[in-house]
Amino acid sequence: MKHIVIIGNGISGITAARNIRKRSDFRITVISSETKHFYSRTALMYLYMGHMKYENIKPYEDNFWKKNKIDLVFDHVDQVDTISKSLQLKSGNQFAFDQLIIASGSTSNKFGWPGQNLTGVQGLYSYQDLETMEQHTNKVKHAVIVGGGLIGVEMAEMLLSRKIEVTFLVREKEFWNNVLPIKEANLISRHLRTHHVDLKLETELKEITGDEHGRVNAVLTNKGETIPCQFLGLAVGVSPNINFLSNAGIEVKKGVLVNEFLETNIPDIYAVGDCVERIYDLSGRRNIEQVWYTGRMMGEVVAQTICGDKTKYEPGPWFNSAKFFDIEYQTYGRVSNELKPDEQDFYWEHADETKAMHLVWYTNSNAFKGINVFGIRLRHECFDRWLREGRTIQYVLLHLSEANFDPEFFNRYEAQIVSGVIAKYPAVKMEINA
Amino acid sequence: MPNGMRVIKLVGLGLFVTGFVIFNTLFFNATYVLTESVIEDTFRDSAKASLFLQSSSTMLNQKDGSVFSFVSDLKKIFESANQNQFGIYGITQEEVLDLVARSGKKFSIASVDSLYVGADEVSVFKRKSFKDYGSWLDGREFSSPEELQNQLLGVVEKIRTYAIINQVGFDRYQVKDLTYSITKASAISPVKANSSLYLFLTFGFCILGALLYILPKLQLPVGIKNNGIFFNVMKSTGWLGIFTGTWLIAFYFVLYFFPEYMTNWVSMVDPISKALNGNEAGRFFLYGFIYTICILVMGGRMIIHYRHSKYQILRTTSVMFFQTAFAFLIPEVLVRLNKPYFDFKNIWPLDYSFFFDSRLKELTSNGTLGLFMLGWGMALIIIAVPVFVYFFGKRWYCSWVCGCGGLAETLGDPYRQLSNKSVKAWNVERWMIHGVLAFAIVMTAGVIYTYWSGSSWVLFFDSYQLREVYGAFIGAGFAGVVGTGFYPLMGNRVWCRFGCPLAAYLGIIQRFKSRFRITTNGGQCISCGNCSTYCEMGIDVRWYAQRGQNIVRSSCVGCGVCSAVCPRGVLNLEVKEEAGRFGKPILIGNNHIKLVE
Ligand SMILES: Cc1cc2nc3c(=O)[nH]c(=O)nc-3n(C[C@H](O)[C@H](O)[C@H](O)COP(=O)(O)OP(=O)(O)OC[C@H]3O[C@@H](n4cnc5c(N)ncnc54)[C@H](O)[C@@H]3O)c2cc1C
Ligand code: SF4
Repeated sequence: MKHIVIIGNGISGITAARNIRKRSDFRITVISSETKHFYSRTALMYLYMGHMKYENIKPYEDNFWKKNKIDLVFDHVDQVDTISKSLQLKSGNQFAFDQLIIASGSTSNKFGWPGQNLTGVQGLYSYQDLETMEQHTNKVKHAVIVGGGLIGVEMAEMLLSRKIEVTFLVREKEFWNNVLPIKEANLISRHLRTHHVDLKLETELKEITGDEHGRVNAVLTNKGETIPCQFLGLAVGVSPNINFLSNAGIEVKKGVLVNEFLETNIPDIYAVGDCVERIYDLSGRRNIEQVWYTGRMMGEVVAQTICGDKTKYEPGPWFNSAKFFDIEYQTYGRVSNELKPDEQDFYWEHADETKAMHLVWYTNSNAFKGINVFGIRLRHECFDRWLREGRTIQYVLLHLSEANFDPEFFNRYEAQIVSGVIAKYPAVKMEINA
Repeated sequence: MPNGMRVIKLVGLGLFVTGFVIFNTLFFNATYVLTESVIEDTFRDSAKASLFLQSSSTMLNQKDGSVFSFVSDLKKIFESANQNQFGIYGITQEEVLDLVARSGKKFSIASVDSLYVGADEVSVFKRKSFKDYGSWLDGREFSSPEELQNQLLGVVEKIRTYAIINQVGFDRYQVKDLTYSITKASAISPVKANSSLYLFLTFGFCILGALLYILPKLQLPVGIKNNGIFFNVMKSTGWLGIFTGTWLIAFYFVLYFFPEYMTNWVSMVDPISKALNGNEAGRFFLYGFIYTICILVMGGRMIIHYRHSKYQILRTTSVMFFQTAFAFLIPEVLVRLNKPYFDFKNIWPLDYSFFFDSRLKELTSNGTLGLFMLGWGMALIIIAVPVFVYFFGKRWYCSWVCGCGGLAETLGDPYRQLSNKSVKAWNVERWMIHGVLAFAIVMTAGVIYTYWSGSSWVLFFDSYQLREVYGAFIGAGFAGVVGTGFYPLMGNRVWCRFGCPLAAYLGIIQRFKSRFRITTNGGQCISCGNCSTYCEMGIDVRWYAQRGQNIVRSSCVGCGVCSAVCPRGVLNLEVKEEAGRFGKPILIGNNHIKLVE
């Protein structure tokens, strides 16, 4: 029987394994050197904050794998031999495969700052990172976080939950302004400050200094400021984790290169998830997308292909979500950080500064392009359908209340938002009425 | 949190602990003196009062500093009073031999009449009780006189344990009741002399302390604040959780099975009880009082905790209202008006004694109001449950109205994460809760049969015994001791999840015929596990969410906390047309992904 080996037990590798199992009785082995069982990386912060225990962040009970005949190997793959179709493991074991799925995820970026290897300086990606963070933030009074993205804001929230003061260095004009339009970015910046995050915008890390024990004691910024700290979180992005593939003959650039069927240049070897770099373009999408959802979709696609139903990776309209302290964020379609010349938009913000909505559409066709929403929940299913059907902004506004996904009794803001759009764009009104 | 707030919190904690310690000390802090007037006041039956008085000479007017030795002395008095009655009313060995001699091998009940001829009380009693318990032997022939003698000795034993104890002595129910009321009346304690002061030092301190501890939370930004729950010694079954659980279990044991030891606590609420219903407080008045206070204070906490969610605010206000008005005040006022005690929101089979003969008699003998209550109770069972569950889901009761649910959602909220989420626990749950429902139905059927037919034997069981077993093991043991005592050990819905027969009934309808479901939002789930962790019913919500399937589970009480804690806006409690309610396990994502189950 065909033996499928998967490197990596994250969401992409595990989704592939589960879906292959649903569709076949191939032998399946999943290898990982991080944890024995699949856990949810996105929930690491909640362990540190005491919202959950490790048991709680494992999406499947431990006996699930045996019951579904998915073999788990807790070991590290040192080398992939594409000619003999085998893997060299750190333990010395060799592993033969018929088909291989590389789902090795990412590693945190480090940009060669002086002092970046001091004790108390680290990123947050793996379970081991969390353990070191636990160890190195014990009794810490002040911490600095570098990098205004999603992992950075999570680290800030984590540290504050332990009553550690946080200075947050962000290169952009406002928090996450490289992704969010300035108004939303500003909203979140304000919110971070209400949580007592010492947010330093347009500020970059220059140097890290340590004490005589080799432990970080301060950072120096590009503005010449020295900030004493006992912990430094580096959250300046992640890169595909592909070091172990050098010399394997598998083509890589930043990530493992794959075509639309997630095939690498070597037959019977596929790659999915964070470690992937697409060799073809998908409109409006970057070629490396390191989010949970794309990893999951790729896992589903590759499973279908391996089980004989060759399927293209076509992820559909973009969506994503996050939470910044108390403000939930969802996005559907594309809202870029700067309005393009052929686009119009409308931004609404509630007076309590925890709710906002930003709609974008094409000026000429009125076709709806995307939405950012904060503090209000929207139905994925509606926006997915509307985006696929190429609906207009008028249509979206008319049906906005159908898309509301807030709990019962919550205040509703559709009327306010729609009249706001009409006030700003009287032309829209005529068409809504028509 | 600013320093000032921290100080207020600490003061609150201090006050609470002080109040709690005083409350516990009061348990021991009384002297007991049994006097004639106590006996006069507590006994309804003057013959029994004088019997008791006769046997209590050694104890009368003696001071006793310990409730334990006082109660044990009382028990000895009852014992010796019963012994005394056995001596007077018991049938002696000689009398049995006499009866055998009169009958030979064939027993004739007429021999009893010829033996006890007198018109005095004792002879009358002996004649009557022998006939009650022995007339089935009339006309029977035995192989030998010894055989007959054995049978007669059996009858004699029955007369001792039933007739004498019930009619002229003290059976165990009377002993229990009287021990309780004598102890309460005999106590000389500062509490009794000054109950309002002590009420303030205990309940006042605890309430004030709790409020001071809770209110500073208002200073925190709104939103889910679950920081540190799994590091907390109270909320993650640390030493404090285990202590609290043990204390609660002990409290329930005393309340249900040894109330005679807690009379000093009960005396504290006498003034409140008198103000409400005109009578001295009983132990269940005290319990209802504590229960209501817990729901109100901790309900306040719940509202502050979830003040960003109107759903949570309304739901919590609702349980606070139903507990205070329906469970606590209205029944007391009814009693004051000489009407039957009735909780208008309690539904059989949670209210397992609804069909007991004593209650049916009470309702049917109370005119229009009584009949209305009876009809109301029936309508809740037959109409309200299915109709409301169809339109709103079982939550209309379990997390908006019910008292057990009310306590779980307020006092129990800090422990919701302790419920077991495993498939194994789910399997145990289904067997147990439906087992209890079946037990409740069989027990009630037996009770109703007895009510109609007058015979306590139903098929192969005794309906009185069965209701007693149900009351002790399910009503008190499961719902009380385990149901609340296990909050800090197994989560706040142990009773609702594993034991409540009404939850089972509501759940069956919710599972098969309802418009209620929890929907999941497209492909947004990140499998973080917050929803499952904070599900008090131990539903593995994530299992459904991460495969994009609606959650339709009989156990879901619709508390809405999974939806509240989800950081990605994935879950929503919805009521919609029935079609498509179960949904297909498919996530929004890649085109051309086919569903395989
Ligand atoms: C703190 C944090 C929060 C996040 N939050 C979100 C979020 O809210 N939403 C979102 O969309 N995304 C989020 N992400 C990103 C998301 O978690 C990733 O995109 C996703 O987990 C990638 O899954 P994957 O299966 O591709 O790789 P991974 O989850 O990284 O799994 C790869 C596994 O392979 C193992 N491995 C690698 N090489 C080898 C080898 N040679 N031998 C053996 N094992 C190997 C690794 O140790 C790892 O366990 C977050 C990431 C982090 C770090
Ligand atoms: S809390 Fe929300 S995101 Fe997390 S597992 Fe549950 S449904 Fe998914």
